[in-house]
Amino acid sequence: MKRFWAVFVARNLEFFRDRSTLVWNIALPVLLIFGFAFAFPGGGGTSYKIGTVGPAPIALSAGDVPFLHYEHLQFLGYGEMATPLDRLAHHQLDMVIDYAKREYYVNSSSSNGYVLERMLGPVAEQGGGGGQAAYSKKTVSGSPIRYVDWFVPGLIGINILFGSLSGVGFVIVRYRRNGVLKRFKATPLSAFEFVSSQVLSRFFIIVVMSGAVFLGTDLFLHFRMVGSWALLFLVNVLSILCMISLGLVFSSRIRSEEVAGGLMNLITWPMMIFSGVFFSLEGTPAVMRAASRIFPITYYIEASRAIMLDGAGLAAVSLDMLVMAGMTVGFAAVAAALFKWE
Amino acid sequence: MLDTLEKQPILEVRELRKSYGKVKAVDGISFSVREGSCFGILGPNGAGKTTAIEVIETIHKPDSGQILYRGRAVERGFKERIGIQFQDTSLQEFLTVRETLGLFSRLYPDPRPMDEIIAACSLEEFIDRDNRKLSGGQRQRMLLGIALVNDPDLLFLDEPTTGLDPHARRNFWKLIEGIKARGKTVILTTHYMDEAEYLCDEVIVMDHGRIIESGKPRELLLKHFGEAVIRLPGAAIPAGTSFSCPSEAAEGFVALRCDDVDASLRELVAKGVELGGISVERRNLDDLFLKLTGYGLE
Repeated sequence: MKRFWAVFVARNLEFFRDRSTLVWNIALPVLLIFGFAFAFPGGGGTSYKIGTVGPAPIALSAGDVPFLHYEHLQFLGYGEMATPLDRLAHHQLDMVIDYAKREYYVNSSSSNGYVLERMLGPVAEQGGGGGQAAYSKKTVSGSPIRYVDWFVPGLIGINILFGSLSGVGFVIVRYRRNGVLKRFKATPLSAFEFVSSQVLSRFFIIVVMSGAVFLGTDLFLHFRMVGSWALLFLVNVLSILCMISLGLVFSSRIRSEEVAGGLMNLITWPMMIFSGVFFSLEGTPAVMRAASRIFPITYYIEASRAIMLDGAGLAAVSLDMLVMAGMTVGFAAVAAALFKWE
Repeated sequence: MLDTLEKQPILEVRELRKSYGKVKAVDGISFSVREGSCFGILGPNGAGKTTAIEVIETIHKPDSGQILYRGRAVERGFKERIGIQFQDTSLQEFLTVRETLGLFSRLYPDPRPMDEIIAACSLEEFIDRDNRKLSGGQRQRMLLGIALVNDPDLLFLDEPTTGLDPHARRNFWKLIEGIKARGKTVILTTHYMDEAEYLCDEVIVMDHGRIIESGKPRELLLKHFGEAVIRLPGAAIPAGTSFSCPSEAAEGFVALRCDDVDASLRELVAKGVELGGISVERRNLDDLFLKLTGYGLE
């Protein structure tokens, strides 16, 4: 324990005294959050999103008003009404159509919903032609979720991802290349003590840094937080451990920082693009949605968004948490098997 | 003296081998080290010195051979009994010298008090300085301090004075003398022959992974060169003069390899040799290495 603590403290001192790294670690996510809050004060995307339940009747895509073929309309199919109605209430959808019951829903405070209703109007009133029954209107209410509210869990996830891969993975590669690891190997310090001290040190740093970024920006932007803080913290803990374990895997043998940098890009860029950090995966091709399931950050973003935006409880996010826990154990086992001092 | 000779060596190396691919970095070396001595491993760059001691330090695994510490194969606790100063070492950054020593002290179960290490390595003047902002000599002293934090019985120093100016080297030698005075055993690799002659009680000379000579520095020089070489102009020697010690003539000078300088000088006077252009030179380990291998050490 004494050895673990000695290396843990030394690593923390090294990080917090490196002013340029420290400032950059805080400044970058803060700048991104404020930047997105300024750039996208509303709900983000410019296209109209319509949730649908049941198969679309031909009438809506034919005749004088081919509603289903209008440009800039994105149709997202759902199996049941509860989910799209919830999204409609939060302005994440602009309209919901239940084809079977011949009902459409709009949010009474949504301007996009108003426009869509005008576009659908003639079709709805006439039933789309062919003597079919008209569509009846229903309304829901609820305040919009700003893009920054939706974006902040993704940004914290990215912060965790980079903090873990660079803070553990990159640092261990650097230690290996410049001989720090060799010097430790010459002492009674075991590989387990060294690695665990690095993991815990980085865990502590990420919790402090991400917490500071989140709470600091929350003072000004007042993020939407409907669910449990304790559950959100737990999800964050799991996600940090999972990403650090991933960092350990790719740092277990590499000696070159150039190789580590390239590999880090190879891991992080697809994660940022395909895990729903910047845009929703809803409506994306099935292949892309399936590919996103291999990234640990996808589960973190899903769970933390569900907690923060929808107030999801433990049961609702338990699958995401289980997957992250499983990935953590798997990554750690592979890293332990591959790790070499030199 | 007899007791010392019969005492079990603190370290024995038997038929140690280590290869990297087709390169035999260490090719079947054997030697033993007396407790309390300074043992030198000499040789040019690439001779296998660093590989040899890093295998002994258990940093690398040998391909074959035995390493015995106090008569027993090295085991788990070996690292707690040895101190190591690598040829090139980086440390965790943004730490002061004191914090760096503290970090390494806490890695050992029974560390030596830090004040003693600071005094032993003369670290007082820069003890609270960032470890990245030290001169070459200060850095080597700090690294020596790190190697001493566990008060080791056996200290490995791998080319500790390479790159230091003459003054810093002399200061470092004094520190090593202080360590020897405490009864500690030092294993030193160097390609500075003056350093080996000054500090080492025994040396081995390595080339291409093998030991090509071993013994006490003084005895090795006597064995190969005699006590000294007397050089004098050939013109100063009367024609037909012969000498009792071996002589060589080259470039207008004659070199006499003699075991007793006083006796040789008397012989020269008696034979009517003019001593005006005479010089008396001692051969050193550089000369020995040149003789053994046909090329120099640097």
